Amino acid sequence: MPSVSMTVNDKQVSGEVEGRTLLVQFLREHLGLTGTHVGCDTSQCGACTVHVNGRAMKSCSLLALHLDGADVQTIEGLADGDTLHPMQEAFREHHALQCGFCTPGMVMSAIGIVNDNPDLDEKTIRHQLEGNICRCTGYHNIVEAIGAAAEDMKG
Amino acid sequence: MYDFNYQRASSIEDAASKHAAADDARYLAGGMTMVPVLKQRLDQPSDVVDLGGLGDLTGISEDGGAIVIGAMTTHHDVATSDLVKSKIPALADLAGTIGDPMVRNRGTIGGSLANNDPAASYPAAVLGLGATIRTNKRSIEADDFFTGMFDTALEEGELITAVSFPVPEQAGYKHFPNPASRFPIVGAFVAKTGGGVRVGITGASPCAYRQSSFEDALSGGLDPESLKGIEVSSDGMNSDIHASAEYRAHLVNVMARRAIGG
Ligand SMILES: Cc1cc2nc3c(=O)[nH]c(=O)nc-3n(C[C@H](O)[C@H](O)[C@H](O)COP(=O)(O)OP(=O)(O)OC[C@H]3O[C@@H](n4cnc5c(N)ncnc54)[C@H](O)[C@@H]3O)c2cc1C
Ligand code: FES
Ligand code: FES
Repeated sequence: MPSVSMTVNDKQVSGEVEGRTLLVQFLREHLGLTGTHVGCDTSQCGACTVHVNGRAMKSCSLLALHLDGADVQTIEGLADGDTLHPMQEAFREHHALQCGFCTPGMVMSAIGIVNDNPDLDEKTIRHQLEGNICRCTGYHNIVEAIGAAAEDMKG
Repeated sequence: MYDFNYQRASSIEDAASKHAAADDARYLAGGMTMVPVLKQRLDQPSDVVDLGGLGDLTGISEDGGAIVIGAMTTHHDVATSDLVKSKIPALADLAGTIGDPMVRNRGTIGGSLANNDPAASYPAAVLGLGATIRTNKRSIEADDFFTGMFDTALEEGELITAVSFPVPEQAGYKHFPNPASRFPIVGAFVAKTGGGVRVGITGASPCAYRQSSFEDALSGGLDPESLKGIEVSSDGMNSDIHASAEYRAHLVNVMARRAIGG
C-alpha cells in the first residue's frame, strides 16, 4: 500500500493508505482524531472541515494521498492546553451549539472566515457560512459567536 | 468507492505519459467533482493521475491584452486576485460565487472547464469573453470547446494548462443560485469585447451557449433596456425540480439584464 506523510496539528505523521482513503478517514481511523465529523459524505454539509495549508477544506472530499506533505489543522489542534481558542470560547459563550455535530466544522470554517475578512459584518458571516449546515441552532447564535470571536482574534 | 491506482505527476509531460500508459486514467485536480463522482461510482477509472504537484499550472499573469490563468488556480485565487479584480472584475465576481469557501479553496478552473457541468459557472465567462483554452497539445477557442453535456473538445489524455481571457471594455455576470447547491440555475456573462458584444449563458441548457439574439440587440451598447421583450425559447432547456424549462428561459433574459445593471 502507498504511504503518506503530513503534518497534523504540528506533529509529523505518516501511514499506509489506499488510493481511495479519504483525508477524513485518515484523520479519524488511522490517527484517532475523531473530532472531525462526517455529516453527509457528499461535500454539502461542512462538518468535516479542516484547514489544509491554512485554508478551510472539506476533508470528506480530499484523498489522503492528495495531501502528501501538507500541513493539516483539525479541531483538536486549536486549544492551548485548557485554554480554548477564541472561536471555541465564543461558541461556548454564545450558546452556538446544541447537539454539537456540526460544531467542529463550523469552528474551522469560522476561523477561515475571520482570517479572510478583516471587516466582518453579519451579512458576510451568513454568506460565507454557505458551506456549513446546522440542523439545530437556526444559525443565529453561530453568527453572533463568529462576530464576537472576530473582535477577540483582532486583539 | 472502488479502489484505483493513485499516481502523482511530476511534470506536464509526466502526467500525459502516466495517463497514456494506464488502462483507463483520469486526471485529478481539486477533486471537488472527481472525489464525489468516484464515491458514487459514476466513474470507475483504473488510475487517477494527480496534478497537485504541478506548480507551473498555478498562477495568474497578464499577457498582452489578456489575463492568463493556470489550470490549477483555485476559484479563491481568481476571486481575490488584484490583477483579475482590476482588469476583469466580472470574472473575479463570478469565481467568488462558486459553491462555498471550502469549494473555492480547492476547486480549480481547469477542473471546472474539463468537467463542463451544465450548471458550471466558468463556461459563461469563457464564452462571454471569447477566451482561449490552452492545452498540452494546442489552443482551443471558446466557441469550439464546449461540445455537449459534460463533454468538451478535449481528446483522451489532453491536459488543460491555462485559460487566456481577453480583457474586455466592459463586462458583467449575474446568476440565479440554486438555493441548495449554489450552482447557477441560470448564469449570464455579458461583455463588450474587441470582437463585439458576447453573451455566455450557463445552467439553462445541457451545455453553455451564446445567446446571439441578445448579442445583436446589445451591439449598439450594453443597455439593459435593449433586451426587454426579447423572448428566449425554452426548447431543449433543462427542466428539473428546481426550475422548469420555461422558467429557465425567462431567467436567461432577467440575468442578462441584471449582468449589465438592469
Ligand atoms: C458543494 C459544491 C458546490 C459547487 N458549486 C459550484 C458552482 O456554483 N459553480 C461551479 O462552477 N462549480 C461548482 N462546484 C464544482 C467545483 O467548481 C469544482 O471545483 C469543479 O467543477 C471541478 O474542479 P476540480 O479542480 O475540483 O476538478 P476535479 O474534480 O479534480 O476534476 C474534474 C474533472 O476534470 C478533469 N480535469 C481536472 N483538471 C484537468 C486538467 N487540467 N486538464 C484536463 N482535465 C482535467 C478530471 O479528470 C475530472 O474529470 C461545486 C462543487 C461542490 C462540491
Ligand atoms: S461530511 Fe464533508 S461536507 Fe459533509
Ligand atoms: S448543533 Fe446540532 S447540527 Fe449544529
